[in-house]
Amino acid sequence: MLRRVLYIDLGNEDAWVEERQDLFDQWMGGTGVGIKLLMEECPEGVDPLSPKAPIIFCIGPLNGMFPVATKMVATFKSPLTGELGESYAGGRLPLAARFAGHEAIVIRGAAERPSYISINNSDVKIKDATSIWGVEAQTAGMILREHEPGIGRRSIIRIGPAGENLVRYAGVVVDTYRHLGRLGLGAVFGSKKLKAMVISGTEHVEIPDHKRYREVYNKLYQTTVQTDVMEKYHDIGTSVNINVLNWLKGLPTKNFQSSSFPEAENISGEILADKYLFRRLSCAGCPIGCIHIAQLKSAFSTHHEFEVRKVSYDYEPIYSLGSNLGVSSAEGLLQLIDACERLGLDVMSAGVVLAWATEAYERDMITPQETLGVPLQWNNVKSYMNALEYIVRPPNEFYAALAKGVDYASAKYGGADFAMALGGNEVSGYHTGPASIVGQIVGVRHSHLDNAGYSIDQKAAKKQLSPEQMVDEIINEDNSRGVFNSLVGCLFARGVYTSENIIDALGAVGIEKTKDDLDSLGKRIFDEKYRFKTREGFDLSKVRVPKRFYETVSTLGKVDPQTVDEMLRLYRKKRGWL
Amino acid sequence: MSYSIRRIDACRVGRRGADLGMADSSEAKVISERVSVAGQETKPKPKKRRRLKVAHPERCIGCLGCMFACSRVHTGNVSLRDSAIKIQTQGGIEGDFRVVVCRGCNDPPCVRACPVGALERKPDGSVVFHEELCTGCGQCQDACLIGAISLGRGSKPIKCMHCGACVAFCPHGVLTFEEVPS
Ligand code: SF4
Ligand code: SF4
Ligand code: SF4
Repeated sequence: MLRRVLYIDLGNEDAWVEERQDLFDQWMGGTGVGIKLLMEECPEGVDPLSPKAPIIFCIGPLNGMFPVATKMVATFKSPLTGELGESYAGGRLPLAARFAGHEAIVIRGAAERPSYISINNSDVKIKDATSIWGVEAQTAGMILREHEPGIGRRSIIRIGPAGENLVRYAGVVVDTYRHLGRLGLGAVFGSKKLKAMVISGTEHVEIPDHKRYREVYNKLYQTTVQTDVMEKYHDIGTSVNINVLNWLKGLPTKNFQSSSFPEAENISGEILADKYLFRRLSCAGCPIGCIHIAQLKSAFSTHHEFEVRKVSYDYEPIYSLGSNLGVSSAEGLLQLIDACERLGLDVMSAGVVLAWATEAYERDMITPQETLGVPLQWNNVKSYMNALEYIVRPPNEFYAALAKGVDYASAKYGGADFAMALGGNEVSGYHTGPASIVGQIVGVRHSHLDNAGYSIDQKAAKKQLSPEQMVDEIINEDNSRGVFNSLVGCLFARGVYTSENIIDALGAVGIEKTKDDLDSLGKRIFDEKYRFKTREGFDLSKVRVPKRFYETVSTLGKVDPQTVDEMLRLYRKKRGWL
Repeated sequence: MSYSIRRIDACRVGRRGADLGMADSSEAKVISERVSVAGQETKPKPKKRRRLKVAHPERCIGCLGCMFACSRVHTGNVSLRDSAIKIQTQGGIEGDFRVVVCRGCNDPPCVRACPVGALERKPDGSVVFHEELCTGCGQCQDACLIGAISLGRGSKPIKCMHCGACVAFCPHGVLTFEEVPS
């Protein structure tokens, strides 16, 4: 297998490849190699939007080789939180990187004028993108398709106007419908005047033992298509959780003022599937096919003239742009998701920022003077559409503050108690209990996916768990996800990849590892990430927990601040930080 | 009217695969009932040629499972280029997928186009490829309007052998393996 790093310097318009077998031996790939390269490349205390801040992309040894090993990870310094930035996406990106022959790509420097990178096997070009600067993400993708090789096996990732204008939570759109969404990678692209990256290749991977490979492949494939997740994610998709969490009182509504939404049914996965879903897609190499695409048809005149948009939806955008903004119609919700897709915004942060602004507006902490007459009110889709445009091209100080995230905006205008961020990252769609809160506080990128606290809470709703047991589960997930994310698999299939199966799969592609090797890898990756975080100023004891978390009833009842403090104490102790 | 009896493939995997298998078998049952009503007892028949059929291209989700299966089974390695079946996008994944693969023509133009007889049609209708005769001229590729033949390593054609391996790895019922009606 090729184990090499492609370096691209945008400033010098230079690119070269280095064989780094040691790096991959020690850190596996994906998030492991990603954090190591970030440590190497990112100068301490650097401005995340300066040319000195790097962008690193990594796939892992299983990408393209086994079912549902379908993700690529990007590591960078986040312009939103000022510390570890890490984001994952699938689509065709990991496969394209595999067949181009690059397991890791490091981007240094900044271009002089708008540019895009074109990688075709070992041929790397930096091309002028002036004519598509300012163009919406979807359209930019369509234009690049006409110019670049590799139809059917390439990947095109690009930013929209949000990234160009350095919105701190701008994302990168991957092949349409997938995103390196969180923590502001889009702004880092924008700061480098990097509009897009196109990658394709025709390499193949030699397998040492064909028979063994086929056996392991078949075993993993069968497990994948037979697990429950296959049905769950394929049928209604992740949005099946809207009704479930609403019923469990865990669905954040109107900026977490409530944990159930009376109109949730209207924006539920079931309704979307029945009335709007028109096709499903898969990331390349995944038989699950969880990507749900809705057709949004809206009349733009009374003469039967229609606009038709194809919008992908999932649980998180429905929470952030739906229930959390009190949006009670599927059409309204889909319009907002589509706007974020075009502008290139992270849907989750965008929704949380708007929810805070709506509540602040309601409480007269901000006035029509700040909003430029836009009435920010629950369920007012038209206003929200206007506000999103203003965030991306801020006409005044207020919208410029919104573009910097909810922590920044609330520090300026007040309302920190209901500014729903943890560790500087706008929170995900779960008010399930203490494990969700603690999980996002301690998580390496302050994401619900770092350790799935929300699912530990849901477990605790069925069978009582002590704070200590919850902390143990969080630590366990923190570490084991580090391993899985270095392969790099889709978290929906994490049940398929038991340690045993991971060892088999690695063995089949010629990488021999033991259970102990994997455990220590998970721990080392976690520690290395915390090394980066603390180096850049993160302090676990200073994380602000918005009071709102303690005011609104959750799946596990009202959360007691003392429970959260106790869990954080236990966490530190068990990590050996006390 | 002639019926094409679809083979009920035992190698389908997975829950959804099993569902589809059931749909296939009930269909086959209906057909066989009608056949027996008409009084045609099943006699052992000469072995028929079977071929891959893209039965429901509009159901494709773009997982590329078929492509990986084809190269895995035929080369042992991981490759998209070496697959005889190609999933193409039209206007990115917002558009529809095209499933491009040999349809096993009865009078195959690729065979006629080959100047050295490297592609040979057997009496049962299947086509075999004699690599040692192939000069890599690419005339077979040009002869196929579907674009089902691509040239791989050493400019040798990559052509579907109608082995059916990919069918088991299609999770969405796009591909079937059928007997060719005589
Ligand atoms: S489950 Fe969904 S996100 Fe994960 S690899 Fe499959 S299609 Fe992609
Ligand atoms: S039938 Fe066999 S040769 Fe033809 S595409 Fe499928 S796996 Fe490849
Ligand atoms: S396996 Fe089936 S669904 Fe997947 S790409 Fe091939 S034809 Fe499409």
